[in-house]
Amino acid sequence: MEPATKTETLDIEGMTCASCASFVEKSLSRTPGVQRAMVNFATEKATVDYVPTQASPATLKEAVINAGYGVVERPPDISAAERSAEIDRQKALAYQKLKRRFGVAVGLALLIMPLSMLMLWPAMMQRVNMQWLNYGLLFLTLPVLLYSGREFYESAWNGFKHRAANMDTLIAVGTGAAFLYSLAATVVPGFFTSRGLMPEVYYDTTATIIALILLGKVLELRAKTQTSSAMRSLIGLQAKNARVVRPDGAEVDVPIEQVQLGDLVVVRPGEKVATDGLIMEGSSAVDEAMLTGESLPVQKQAGDPVFGATLNKTGSFRFRVTKVGTDTMLSQIVKLVEDAQGSRAPIQRLADKVSAIFVPTVVVIAILTFVIWFDLAPVGTRLPLALVNFVAVLIIACPCALGLATPTAIMVSTGKGAEHGVLVRNAEALEKAYQVNTVLLDKTGTITRGEPAVTDFWTLPDQPTSQLLQVVAAVERQSEHPLAEAVVRHAEAQGGASLSATGFRAVEGKGAAATVNGQAVLIGNRRLLADEGASLSPSLITQAEQLLSQAKTVLYIAVAGQAVGLIGVADTVRDTSAAAIKKLQALGIEVVMMTGDNPETAAQVAEQVGITRYFAEVLPADKAGKVKELQAEGRIVAMVGDGINDAPALAQADIGLAIGSGTDVAMEAAGITLMRSDLNGVVTAIELSRQTIRTIKQNLFFAFIYNTLGIPVAAGLLYPFFGILLSPMLAAGAMALSSVSVLTNSLRLRAFDNH
Amino acid sequence: MDSTALIVTVAGLGLAAFVLWYFFFSARQTASAVSTSGGVQEVAITVKGGYSPDVIEVERGKPVQLSFYRDEENSCSEELLMPDFSIRRDLPAFKTTLVELLPQQAGKFEFTCGMGMLRGSLVVK
Repeated sequence: MEPATKTETLDIEGMTCASCASFVEKSLSRTPGVQRAMVNFATEKATVDYVPTQASPATLKEAVINAGYGVVERPPDISAAERSAEIDRQKALAYQKLKRRFGVAVGLALLIMPLSMLMLWPAMMQRVNMQWLNYGLLFLTLPVLLYSGREFYESAWNGFKHRAANMDTLIAVGTGAAFLYSLAATVVPGFFTSRGLMPEVYYDTTATIIALILLGKVLELRAKTQTSSAMRSLIGLQAKNARVVRPDGAEVDVPIEQVQLGDLVVVRPGEKVATDGLIMEGSSAVDEAMLTGESLPVQKQAGDPVFGATLNKTGSFRFRVTKVGTDTMLSQIVKLVEDAQGSRAPIQRLADKVSAIFVPTVVVIAILTFVIWFDLAPVGTRLPLALVNFVAVLIIACPCALGLATPTAIMVSTGKGAEHGVLVRNAEALEKAYQVNTVLLDKTGTITRGEPAVTDFWTLPDQPTSQLLQVVAAVERQSEHPLAEAVVRHAEAQGGASLSATGFRAVEGKGAAATVNGQAVLIGNRRLLADEGASLSPSLITQAEQLLSQAKTVLYIAVAGQAVGLIGVADTVRDTSAAAIKKLQALGIEVVMMTGDNPETAAQVAEQVGITRYFAEVLPADKAGKVKELQAEGRIVAMVGDGINDAPALAQADIGLAIGSGTDVAMEAAGITLMRSDLNGVVTAIELSRQTIRTIKQNLFFAFIYNTLGIPVAAGLLYPFFGILLSPMLAAGAMALSSVSVLTNSLRLRAFDNH
Repeated sequence: MDSTALIVTVAGLGLAAFVLWYFFFSARQTASAVSTSGGVQEVAITVKGGYSPDVIEVERGKPVQLSFYRDEENSCSEELLMPDFSIRRDLPAFKTTLVELLPQQAGKFEFTCGMGMLRGSLVVK
C-alpha cells in the first residue's frame, strides 16, 4: 500500500509574473516528501500533495520563503457549524447589550414619568422650582439618550452620510426633536415666556419612546433567532468525530475534518453516521428522518449508501467514505435551504418598492404635518402641537414590518420543509406551489416504486410452495437480472432456509438454469422452457394468460423438466400513493396521471389509486407536451417525477417536484425536491406553500394597513372631527408591537405539521 | 398668517424638498470592480449605516468577489440579502465577509439589509 498523502493549499504572495509561479513550483517540488506541486499564478495559490511523514505545512512554507516569496497565513477553513456558532455568539452578545440598554432606559423612564407628572398637580407645583425640576429631568434623560439610544443616532447619521434613511433615522429625528425642544425650554425658558408660550418639556416622551422602541427590538431579536432555528438544528446534525479504521486494523477516533475519501469508518449501534459512504460490511437499520423526513428506519446492508448525520439504530457496520465536507448530503441540504432563504418571493415586490422610498417619504409627511399644525393651530399652542404630531408621525411609521413580512415567513417555512424532507429551491417555487390546481404524476417511480416486485407466486397444487420459492431464489441469487433481484427480495421477505445452487448458467434473453438439491431447475420465459423441453400444463397456461392480461411479466419455473409454477412480476404501487392522492384531491387539486403503459394498465393503476384522468402511452419525449396541454386548459400545473428522465416536463411545469429516490439532491430542473420517495411529500409541499403564502399575505396586509392608518392618525387627521390626537408615547408602543406581531405571525409556521 | 408662520412654512417646504432631493435624486457613489490577474472582479464595501460604495459596476460573465466589512454593531446591517443571487449572509460586526457570485446577465441587481432599509446595487454590464 502506498503511503497516504495529504494535500495542502498555500496562499503565495509576492509573485509578479508567471515565471515566479514556476519558480515557486520548482522549489516546492524539490522539497523532500512532496509528490506534486502546482502553483496557479492567477489565484496565487499553491496546491501541494505531500507525504505527511516527510513533509509538513511548515517545511512547505520554508520552501516558498527560500524561493523568495511569502505564504499568507489564512485562518483555517471553518465548518458551517463553527461559523454559525461564531455568529450565534456574536448575536448573543449583542442581545445582552441590547437588554442592558433597554434596562437603563426603562429604569430611568420610570423615574422621569412620575416626575414629569408633578406639573399636573398644582398644589405640588407651587412648592417645586420648575427650573430645577427641568434640569433634574434633563440629567435623567441624558443617559437614556446617550447610552440606551446612542445606536439610533449613530446609525441615522451614518445612514445620512450614505444618503440612506432607515428606521433609526425616524427614531433619531423624532426623539431628537423632542429632546432639543425640551433642552431649549430648560436652558432658555425666557425665550418661550417672552413669546407667550409655556416652556414645556418632553423628557418623558423622549425617554419613553426610546424605552419602548428598545423593548420592540428586544422582542424582535428574540423572535428572529427562532426563524432560523430549523436551519441551526440542521447544521448541528453534523457529526463531530468518526471512528476510522487504520490500515493496521486499529480503530481511532478522529475529528470529522480529518476524515478523508476512501477511509473506512466504523459505526456502532446508537451512533451517528459520520459522513457519506458505502457500507462494506455489516448491516443495520438507520434512522434517516433528519434528512428525508421518513419516520421509519431504513434497512441497510453491504453495498448500500449511508449518509452523514443519520442515526444508526440496531446493528454495527463499516463503511467506505465517498463524500466529505461540503459534498455530503447534509451540506447540500444546508446549502439548498440557505439559498432558498436568501431568495426573493415575487409577492414581496410591492413591499420592496414601498420600503425603498418609505423613510424619506415619512420624513416629508412629518415635516408637512408640522407646517400644517403650525399654520392652523391657535398661536398659543401651535408650537407644542406641531412638535408633538411631528414626533408621533415619525415614531409610528414602521418600515420594519414591511421588510420582515415576507422573508421571515420564507425562512421559517423553508427550514420547516427541510425537516419534513421537502427542499424548496427558492421563494418563487413556494409561491408557485401555492397557486397549483393540477398535479400531474408520472406513474413509474412516482405512484409506483419504479422497480419490479413479485406480485404473484403460483404453483401447481401438488407442489411444496414455500420450498419451491427458496429453490428458485437459490438460482436467481446468482443472476444479475433485475427480475431475478425481485424474486430474491421476495423470497427473503418470506423467510425460510436459503438453499445453494450449483452449475448456474444464464441463458441470454430467456432466463437461467442451475442445479438445486440435485434437481435441474429452470426459471425464465416461455421460450426457455420450450427450448429445454419442459411442457406446460393447461392450468398453468390459463394462469399465465391471466397474469399477462394484468400487464405483468411472467416467469416460468420448471423442476426436473416439469413446469411447476409461475411468478408474476410487476412494478407495484407504493403503499402511500392512494392516501396521498386522496389528500391532494381533498385540497381541491385535480390529480392527473401520465404513463408510457398501454391504456388497460394505465386504467388499472389509475383506478387503484383513485385517479380519474390519465394519459397512457406517453413517450418520454412527449411528457413535456402533456404538461403544456394541461397548461393550455388554463391550469397551473405541478409536475411530479423522478427527476432524471422527467427533466423537460419538470422544467415545463409551473412548478416541478422531483422525487429523489432515497437521497439525491442534485435536481436542477425541480423547484422542489422531495427527499422521501412517496407522494406524501407532494401533499406536505403544497400544504406548506399554502400556509406560508397565507402567512405572508396576512403579514403584508397588516404592515400596509398599520402604516396607512397609523401615519394619518398620528398626523392628527382625526383631530378636526373627533378631537383625537395620538401621543408620541402611544405611537412608540404601537410601533414596537407592529414588527413583533409580524414576526410572531411568521413563527406560527413552526407549528406546521401535515399529519 | 403671521410672519413666524410664514417663515415656518417656507422653511418646512424647503426642508421637505431637500429631503426628497437628497435621498432620491442626488448623485450616488459609484465604484467599478477591480479585476485581479486571475480574472476575479474584486470590490471592497464598507457597511456602516449604508453601503459604501453603494453602486458597484461589474462585468458580465466574470466571477465577482465582494468583501463586506461591517464597521458597526447596529443590528440593522447584520444581514445581507442579494435576492437575485439567492444570497442571505450574516455579516459579523467588525469583520470582513466574502460574498462570491457569477453575474450571468446584464442588469441592475439590488442588495439590501435584512429588512430592506439599507440599499445598494450591483450593475452588471
